[in-house]
Formats: sequence, C-alpha cells, structure tokens
Amino acid sequence: MNLLNHTLKYLAFALLGIISVWAVIFYVNMLDEVYDSLDDGLDNYKMLIIEKAHADPATLRKTEFAEGNYEIREIDPGRAKHMKDVHKDTLMYMPYEQDMEPVRILTTSFHIDDKYYELKIISSMVEEDDLIEDLLYALIWLYVALVVSILVVNNLLLRKIWKPFYHLVGQLKSFRLGRNQQLNPAATNVKEFKVLNESVAALVQHALDTYNSQKQFIENASHELQTPVAISINRLELLVEKSGMTEADLETVGNVIQTLERLSRLNKSLLLLSKIENRQFEKAEPVSINSVVADLKEEFADFAAYKLVAVNVAGDASVDVIMQKDLTVIMISNLLKNAIVHNHTNGFVQLLLSENSLSIANSGANAPLDGQRIFQRFHKSAAGNSHTGLGLAIVKAIADLYGFKVTYAFDGRHIMHIDFRMQQDN
Amino acid sequence: MKILVVEDEESLAQVISESLVIEGYSVEAADTFVSAMQKLLANDYDCILLDIMLPGGSGLDLLRELKSLGKSDNVIIISAKDSVDDRVTGLDLGADDYLPKPFHMAELTARVKSVIRRTAMPDSHLIVVGNVSLAPEGRTLSVNGQSLAVNRKEFDILAYLIANRNRLVNKASLAEHVWGDRIDQSDDFEFIYSQMKNLRKKLKDNGADLEIQAVYGIGYKLVQA
Repeated sequence: MNLLNHTLKYLAFALLGIISVWAVIFYVNMLDEVYDSLDDGLDNYKMLIIEKAHADPATLRKTEFAEGNYEIREIDPGRAKHMKDVHKDTLMYMPYEQDMEPVRILTTSFHIDDKYYELKIISSMVEEDDLIEDLLYALIWLYVALVVSILVVNNLLLRKIWKPFYHLVGQLKSFRLGRNQQLNPAATNVKEFKVLNESVAALVQHALDTYNSQKQFIENASHELQTPVAISINRLELLVEKSGMTEADLETVGNVIQTLERLSRLNKSLLLLSKIENRQFEKAEPVSINSVVADLKEEFADFAAYKLVAVNVAGDASVDVIMQKDLTVIMISNLLKNAIVHNHTNGFVQLLLSENSLSIANSGANAPLDGQRIFQRFHKSAAGNSHTGLGLAIVKAIADLYGFKVTYAFDGRHIMHIDFRMQQDN
Repeated sequence: MKILVVEDEESLAQVISESLVIEGYSVEAADTFVSAMQKLLANDYDCILLDIMLPGGSGLDLLRELKSLGKSDNVIIISAKDSVDDRVTGLDLGADDYLPKPFHMAELTARVKSVIRRTAMPDSHLIVVGNVSLAPEGRTLSVNGQSLAVNRKEFDILAYLIANRNRLVNKASLAEHVWGDRIDQSDDFEFIYSQMKNLRKKLKDNGADLEIQAVYGIGYKLVQA
C-alpha cells in the first residue's frame, strides 16, 4: 500500500467518525429548532384563537379537531387555575396517511367572563424516522463523495506533489557505491523535499568520500608496502651470497624469500585491484582478443607443458574490444593461469573465440565450483597457498569496469565465459 | 666504473649500493635533489640510477639538466610511480631505461650492465665469458667459436645469468625476466626447470666452461668452471 492510499485509509476512518458525530449534533440542533419554531407557531395560534373567541362566541363550540386544528372545552375553574401551557408530542390518527402520525400539541386554558375553557392546538410535525432516513442517505452520499474526491485529488495532485520524492527514491534504488554515479535530485520548492534532497545528497557525498578515501588508503598502503618487502627479499639474497650457509639454513632463507614473494604478489594484486576500482586505467584502445589469446598461449606454453596440460584455441571469430590493453591481458591471463593451475595431469584447456565472447574451458576437479563466491576476494576453493585468491576478483573488477559479463558454468569442464558486449545494467 | 644512486629511501639505496659494490662498481649515493645535482655537476658517472620523487624536486628536472649537458643517455629511472606518462617523459628526456619499483637486484644489475656496455663500448656487440660469447642484438650464442642453437627462452636465461654471473639469481626474478611477470604465481616456478635442464645440457655437450648451479630453494648461480 503506498503512502497516498495509506493516508486515505486513516482519513476515511476519521471522516466516518467526524461525520457521524456531526450528524447527531446537527440532527439534535435541527430538531430543537423545529420544535422551537412549532411551539412559537402554536403560541401564536393560541393568541389568535383566544382573541377570536372573545369576538365570536361561536368559536367556543368547536369541541372537536375535525377539519380544524384546535378544540375548546369548558372546564371547572379549580382545575383551570392550576393549568399551565404545555407543549408536547403525541400521536393522532391521520385519515390521509391512514396511520397514527406524530403531532405537536399545545394544551392551555383561558377564561371569558367567568367561564374557564381548555384549549388544545395541534400542528403536524416532522416525521422523525423519515428525517433520520433522509439524513442518513444524504450523509452516506456525502461520505462517499468525500472519500472518492480525496482519492482522486491524492492520485492526481499529490502524485504530482510527491514527484521529487519518487524521483529521488528511483535514483537511490539504482545507486551503488563505486560506480561513479551522481545523484540528480529534482528541483522542488517544498521545504521537506528540499531538506530530504539535501540530506540524502550530503549522506551520499559522505559515503562516497569515505569509500574513496578507503580505496585510496588501500592503494597507498599496498604502495607503501612494496618497497620494504622488496628490500627484505634483496637483503636476504645478499645474506645468502655473503655467508657460507648450510643447506638447512639455505632452505629456511629460501622459505622466507618465498613467503615474502607471496606477500609481494598479494600486495601487487591488491594494488592492481584498487587501481582498477579507482579507475586509473583510462586509456582504452582497440584490442584484438585473438592476438592477446595467441600471445598468452605462447607465454604460458612452458608452464602448461610443465603441468602436462594441453592448451588449444578454437573458433575463427575475430573478437575486437575497446579497452585498456594491459587490463585485457591481465583479465585473460588470470583466467588462463587458473585454467592451467586448477587442472590435472594430462588435462586440457580449450579457449573458444566466438562472436563477442571468449570462453575458457578446462578439465579439473569433477565437481562444480560455487559460481557466486569464486569471484569474491580471497575466496579460495582449492588448497595451495601460492595463490593470492585475488585472480578472479581482478577479472571481475576489470569486467565490471567495462560492463562485460563474466560467468562460470560446469558441464564436466569448468567453463569461464566472458561476454564482451556492454551490459545494460551496469 | 662509477655509479650514482639517486634515491631518497635509505634502505633501498643501501641495498642497491651493496649489490652493485659486489659487482665491482664504485657507488655513490644522493638522497635529495640538491645533493644529487651537486654530485652530477661535479663528477662524471658511467651510470645513474634516478628516482623520480625526491625531497626538494623531481628527478625529471635532474634529467632535463643532464640532457642539456648531453649526459642523459646512461640514466636508468627507478620509480615507484610506474605511470605511463612518467615513463614516456623520462625516455623522451633521453633516459636509457625505466625500471619500476620494486625490482629484483638481478634485474637492476642486468640493466646497469647493459647501459654501461652500450655507452662505454658502443662498438662491442659481444659479451664474452670464458669460452662462451653472447651477441645480444642478434640473440646468438657461440661456444669456442662454434655457434650453438638455443631457443629464445634459453637465450634469455643465459643472458640474464651471465649478466649476474657469480651472483645468486632468485627464481622469481629469473621467471619474471624471461617469462614476464604474468607468470608470477605459478606454482613456485618449478616450470623453469625444464628449460634450465635443456640449457645446461646444451652448454655441457658443447664444452662450455660455464656452469649453472642450483641454490637450494632459492634460485640459480652461474659460475665459470
């Protein structure tokens, strides 16, 4: 339920209450006014009838209502002395309606000379049940009209008024950190929306600043780490050269050097990753994937031969992309390297070039990998500590940078597929 | 042979100096723009290792100064700022080579030797060690005057080891130099071994008096037998 109809729900209940209370008060007041007016009329009649009776004694003989609206009866003076004017409701048979109908009756007394008379005057009255029924229908119509008009106004007018809000929400929905997006809030004169726009803009800016400084920090940290690590390796090498070490010592130093080399590679990968994410590789150029693949196949030939893995390239499609050359090479070489490393003896790697895509399939473990998690940083599916766990994260980062799509599939072979067409949702 | 190391990071300058001293060079170091400028104006060096970011100024300005003196062709830029722009600017200003930090000492040694060979002996195209001679331009190898056929990688391995002869060469450094740095994390470089085996066999069969020793767990060392 959206906000507009949500308010309407409460408004509808509130209106129901307000209108009901209002109806009761209105009815009571109106009836009071009607009685007041009737009673005034009856009092007026009383005056006129008494005056007429003084002038024309024949009037005193009208002892039945019949066609008139009053009757006069003589009463004894003792009773007359205690009589006061009484207005009250009563029922009387109406031949026209063939029913007992409510009437207002005034009972009073007067005297002419020494004779006392009782005078009753009637006036036909509002039929309360009819009145209530009419009022009820009127109110139901009023209520429906109000709710419908509020609904219409909400949906036409408020929708327009809330436009800046929906505009902002739409932008926030597609906002992702690290995609270099800017928020463009709609211009508005409404104070609340202005505040909202400004607050969100400030929040987003702060998040971006923090994110960027974090990225910058990672880059700087990896950068600063490079030289000390390299120097440590160099010093160890110098140490080995200088002193006559035993083989056991050499092995220990060799292990330390290897560990440091690993640290250095890890650091290099991190640096590369943050450089990609900081978009520091801007110069795109036309790159032929075919020639990159051919070069890399050659570059990895010795390694593949050592691992007894056969690498072959198939497909005659010519695949050309516009991207930074180094990144193209890094992306494909990481995939190729993985395909060779995570393989078994006498295994194979098949590179297939087809229109706008490259797939790299390899033999290996006979179970699919977790297609979601393998692209995460430091996700390691296989044992073996010489891998940084960043190779596929780098592939993903490069693909994201250019809007390519990298997917993993398993059909007995492990298949990495790069779609070089720019994806819409990126 | 005199080498000037212009580098503000003290420990790196130290390691570079130590390594080059082992190679028999006389090494001076400068750690600021001003001291580097003073040394450059006062002395002639056979090779200058130049950092770009220095306290007091940019190494590129030093390079401009050297260029105006006609002495920029034996400069190797060593910079952590491995941006394409710096590289292009540096090489445009006449620097001979560009080595991004961090680097292996063996790589630096090879580059320094190559620079010195080109500037000091421009007419000599051969590197001769024992009975083995290497022609870097033609990428050919001969033992005892007899030409010996080797593939590209075998040649690169040998050239690199010869440049660092009698020195320990780390496997990682060798792999990076010969196979490129993309091969980096591949199973601790065991794959180097088969090319190495072939090369050793060829050298031995042809009576070369060079021997490639394996330094357990670390790398290789080429010595004259």
